[in-house]
Amino acid sequence: MPLNAILDKLPYDEPFLFVDQLVSIDENGVEGSYSFDPHAWFYKGHFKNRPITPGVILTECCAQIGVVCLGVYLLNGKSPGDRGPIQIALSSSEMEFYVPVYPGERVSVKSRKLYFRFHKLKCEVKMYNAKEELVCKGSIAGMIKPLPNG
Amino acid sequence: MEESTKYDTLKRIISIYLPEDVSVDAIGAQSHLINDLNINSAHLVDIVLDVEDEFDIMFENDDMERMQTVEDALKIIDIKRSKK
Repeated sequence: MPLNAILDKLPYDEPFLFVDQLVSIDENGVEGSYSFDPHAWFYKGHFKNRPITPGVILTECCAQIGVVCLGVYLLNGKSPGDRGPIQIALSSSEMEFYVPVYPGERVSVKSRKLYFRFHKLKCEVKMYNAKEELVCKGSIAGMIKPLPNG
Repeated sequence: MEESTKYDTLKRIISIYLPEDVSVDAIGAQSHLINDLNINSAHLVDIVLDVEDEFDIMFENDDMERMQTVEDALKIIDIKRSKK
């Protein structure tokens, strides 16, 4: 499955799309990147006069690249019926944060599949900044399956 | 493994994933995992994974669909273990 085709299948849009590019993907993991728009909506309030990317947004970025993109890829490898629209839900996340991400920074996310069974995909994710410093890491799980009658 | 031990083991696994508003006492053989015990689909997978580890068995998609109640789970565990 071409990397661009995976991005096309993501059910997100601005201002809540946090994937620019996928670098590599296979059965066991995925790597991708995203550059935070310096004018993104959340910087206005997080924090007052001191914009820093919120941890929940970093987590979301990790989830979109590390779990959803991988999930789309894994579903596509199964029956043709699984190739239509998908439905997804976050089921758990446990993250630790190390260095802040400022407006305009580019981050890369590396994700490794822990398991994908009965539609639940759990991954170990790590985010790095442009200096290759570890921004955050943790585990994220979600339910992902084809949309009925999709 | 004795019946009672097996049931207790399963009950212990299920209790980990109960929502806050459902007590352990609510778990009975007839309890429907989703409708009675309010266990969500993600936690249902967690239960299956824990059961697999605990009883050294492997669930297939059909088993997952058949596992509606606590009793169903016990039956599947029995069948799987007898085939080993």
